[in-house]
Amino acid sequence: MSAGHLVAKDVCWRPGKNQPCLLHPVSFEVYPGRVLGVVGPNGAGKSTLLRMIYHYQKPTSGQITVDGQDLWGLSAKVAARKVAAVLQEQPGAFGLSVREIVALGRTPHRSGLSSEGAKDAEIIDVAIQRMQLEALVARNFDTLSGGERQRVMVARALTQQPQVLVMDEPTNHLDIRHQLEILSLIRSLGLTIVVSLHDLNMAADVCDAILLLKDGHCQGFGSADDVLSEQLVSDTFSVTAQRQMLSVSQNQHLTFHLPS
Amino acid sequence: MIGAGVLLLLFSISIAISVGAVSVPLHTVWSILINQVAPGTIEQDWSKGREAIVWDIRFPRALLACLVGAGLAIVGGSLQAVTRNPLADPHLLGISSGAAFGAILVLMHTGMFWGLITVPLFAFGGALAATLLVLAVSQFASATSADRLILAGVAVSFIVMSLANVLIFLGDPRATHTVVFWMLGGLGLAQWSHLVFPLAVLTICGAYIWLNARKLNAMTVGDETAVTLGIPVARFRLIIFVVGALITGVMVAFSGMIGFVGLMVPHIVRMLVGGDYARVIPASALFGAIYLLWSDIIARTIMAPEDMPIGIVTGLIGGMFFVWLLRRRAR
Repeated sequence: MSAGHLVAKDVCWRPGKNQPCLLHPVSFEVYPGRVLGVVGPNGAGKSTLLRMIYHYQKPTSGQITVDGQDLWGLSAKVAARKVAAVLQEQPGAFGLSVREIVALGRTPHRSGLSSEGAKDAEIIDVAIQRMQLEALVARNFDTLSGGERQRVMVARALTQQPQVLVMDEPTNHLDIRHQLEILSLIRSLGLTIVVSLHDLNMAADVCDAILLLKDGHCQGFGSADDVLSEQLVSDTFSVTAQRQMLSVSQNQHLTFHLPS
Repeated sequence: MIGAGVLLLLFSISIAISVGAVSVPLHTVWSILINQVAPGTIEQDWSKGREAIVWDIRFPRALLACLVGAGLAIVGGSLQAVTRNPLADPHLLGISSGAAFGAILVLMHTGMFWGLITVPLFAFGGALAATLLVLAVSQFASATSADRLILAGVAVSFIVMSLANVLIFLGDPRATHTVVFWMLGGLGLAQWSHLVFPLAVLTICGAYIWLNARKLNAMTVGDETAVTLGIPVARFRLIIFVVGALITGVMVAFSGMIGFVGLMVPHIVRMLVGGDYARVIPASALFGAIYLLWSDIIARTIMAPEDMPIGIVTGLIGGMFFVWLLRRRAR
């Protein structure tokens, strides 16, 4: 598995011909193995941006490339071998086992009739070990806890052997322990990752670069220190943000208040 | 598991042929069947009448039960995956009401101008027309998502059913009971010469669905995730929908509307073999066949010598099963 070089150039999206842009042209670049955090208030266009990367919504204009190849010039199947996604939707009550869900990741690598080969089985097993799911393989997915489900979905994405991994608010609905686990996981995967997060301190912690969106406009792209400044965060989220030094850990920390 | 299922199926077929107004012992049933396939193997110690009952009436009826049960169960299972709705059922999507419309038109208004095959033909035509209507509505309302496709099906179903009821209202009241019987389902029309149609459609369409089992698995996770796995979600959903309509249309044409089989069987099967569609599809076919065989045995014997419409039996069992499922889920 190798990390890809993700470049977005002037991508924008509008729902129809004469309708306003939901995402105005935005450009950014993520180097192989780096983590880009996409942050912004509700309705900022985060999901729209992620959807264009995981091949669900085609950009109205602009280009997204992985290692120089135009993603939207590829077939859905080939693109699925480059970009995998861990989304918030989860399997319904259809009784698939953990291993069967993880095995879905091999779908874009197999042709219609072929059955699971030894190589597929090995890739699936490696992903299961990596996410420490060995004890759960035979369990029905519906019976898992939130944290376990998220790990299964990541294992499924890894089985796809992508160069880029997109994660849509992976810490949502998880308790603190599982949030931290997912974040340390993100750092350890060695893939190029684009992740949307609500918690700005978490984003500053885990991401190499931050893309700040508001109302479909890019407010800033760069290191967390530059983009998550008191001024920009206050403007973007309509709050009063203060950056403080935590006395014990000596880390920067943002706090928020409603503007008086 | 599959071996046990096939044995159970063969056993159920034997019972279905043996039981009825004239009861035929099991060994006679098998002797007649073997002699029909390979004449002269077994010395004949049964009357011509019994042979006719077994070979000309009950055996095709049992086979039709198998085909219809298997077809409806496969369609139900695959529609549940592509709509991600565990309540999806072949009759939910307007297909059956279209078939009902076609059949009522023949039974109450035009008469059987092409002989007995007129009703199945018109029922099938109605099913296809209703399917096209659902597709047109879903395009018109740009409803390609799972729940909106279901809503389009429900809307068309209501409209077509109303039109069918207009036909009943305008028709000869004396013919109403044939319509009622047809709408509640029954396997009494089974004939050797007709079995080839459901068999052909089930084999081809069923094989197609089975070959796409992996995609069905992916669809249960969610539309967007399925797209990231390289599956053309909207197109695949439409194909399964049309293939399902073909199967349902031909089944409804020969057996009337038999409810709850497509809804219930896949749920039971998942409890037995798990959720992987590579197993769910063949197991649904097997179990659907067995379920309809036994429903037909009950329908034929409970009010003998009258045939009770089979839809009453499947509906009763299915409804009670559903209450049980509901209670099980709640815990």
